[in-house]
Amino acid sequence: MTATASAPLLHATGLWKSFGDREVLRGIDLDLAPHEVVALIGASGSGKSTLLRCLGLLEPIDDGQIFLGDTDISDPRVDANGVRARLGAVFQSYNLFPHLSVLDNVTLASRVVHGMPRREAEERAHTLLARIGLADKAKEHPDRLSGGQQQRAAIVRAIATDPEILLLDEITSALDPELVGEVLELVRELVDDGATILMATHEMAFARDVADRVVFLDDGVIVEQGTPAQLFATPTHARTRAFLARFTA
Amino acid sequence: MLIAIGSTVLFAAVVWATVINTPGWAAVQQTFFNPEVALQALPKVWDGFLINLQVLGLSVVTVALVALLVAVLRTLRGPVFFPVRVLAAGYTDLFRGFPFIIVLYLVGFGLPTITNTRIPVVVLGVIAVTLTYSAYVAEVIRAGIEAVHPSQRLAARALGLGYVQTLRRVVLPQALRKMTPPLMNDFISMQKDVGLISILGAIDAIAGARSVASLTYNFTPYVVAGILFVLLAIPTIRLTDWYTARLREREQAGAIL
Repeated sequence: MTATASAPLLHATGLWKSFGDREVLRGIDLDLAPHEVVALIGASGSGKSTLLRCLGLLEPIDDGQIFLGDTDISDPRVDANGVRARLGAVFQSYNLFPHLSVLDNVTLASRVVHGMPRREAEERAHTLLARIGLADKAKEHPDRLSGGQQQRAAIVRAIATDPEILLLDEITSALDPELVGEVLELVRELVDDGATILMATHEMAFARDVADRVVFLDDGVIVEQGTPAQLFATPTHARTRAFLARFTA
Repeated sequence: MLIAIGSTVLFAAVVWATVINTPGWAAVQQTFFNPEVALQALPKVWDGFLINLQVLGLSVVTVALVALLVAVLRTLRGPVFFPVRVLAAGYTDLFRGFPFIIVLYLVGFGLPTITNTRIPVVVLGVIAVTLTYSAYVAEVIRAGIEAVHPSQRLAARALGLGYVQTLRRVVLPQALRKMTPPLMNDFISMQKDVGLISILGAIDAIAGARSVASLTYNFTPYVVAGILFVLLAIPTIRLTDWYTARLREREQAGAIL
């Protein structure tokens, strides 16, 4: 072990990614320390989602390296399924499995990927669902739940296997405004519990509130990053100022 | 209700006047619906029908396996699998285009010739049905698999599920619902097409009917065999209608929510 206490949990260098002729990521370097909460901000199409997917091994990168702890997870010989099983991802459109009950959605990975006995997995799932007030919906199918409930169930599905890092991809963007609060409240609880989180978000107030660091992405490059206080109060780049101006206007 | 009864009675009267109450009807009845010949033909037709059922039962299993394999091969991604995809696509193109009767001839008479052995007709029938129907069913399965939104795959992979686990736990269960109605339609066609194995010399329902027909110079045995096939198909047809209606109801319910 060469890692020290301050070593990043996730360390990405020189990430490039193109879709056809379109270069979406153009040399991204990003570190994530244990228990750190990082918010990715930027306009739609700036590469936030692609970056999250690349880091979660859900999209192959064209160039660069990604380390999870000491492991180079961008190495093609690495067991990608094993790496994904160590990460948790939540998406904009929930992506719950419509043919499974909420309970089975939450326990699927525990049972199938981690080999946990069904009883144990269900006990854990019930505890988590009770915590977010969805205990009575465990046997329901996702389409019986509101958008906010579905997204909270999706978050519980992602944390059911104790992932080392949570990747949250604009998880409130598809929700009706009145349902955003309950989802952000759950994320806040996870932050308080010490989760390591990388989230792409348009919720500037929330990012300012919970993030340790805010990263502004524009056109596939990191333009500027810093503490929320720095970045929101005194952005140094013109592009950052222009982007933030649209939110305060 | 009254209108329905009234129109039914009227329709029956018209049928009686224009079809049954005509000089030719007696001849039709004598040639196609002769109860004595029907009774005489039934045991033989029934025995033969059991062979059709045997071919059908075995084919359902083999078609399911082969079609699933072909469908999965066709949906494999990545340049490595290009030859496999092409092969699977070529197979479905070829055998969906080939008339079933040609496949029957090639398999039924060709296969024993090149292997120079006697192969039971049931086996030949199953091979021919499997070759043809797997091509149709594979396409239905493939369409079903592709109809499952990619975000479902993404979510499954994000949880750490492997390719096969994702297919089995997430994609196929959802695809199955979408493809059940067209699959049942293919099953109904298959129920009829197993009757064609009589041309291979199988003593099935139709061959049984033919032998009685040629003895009695009467076509009623064919009608008897036909009725057996219809009785076989009706439960599947009703089930398909019921299931399709239920799916539609659900989707509409979902839309309101």
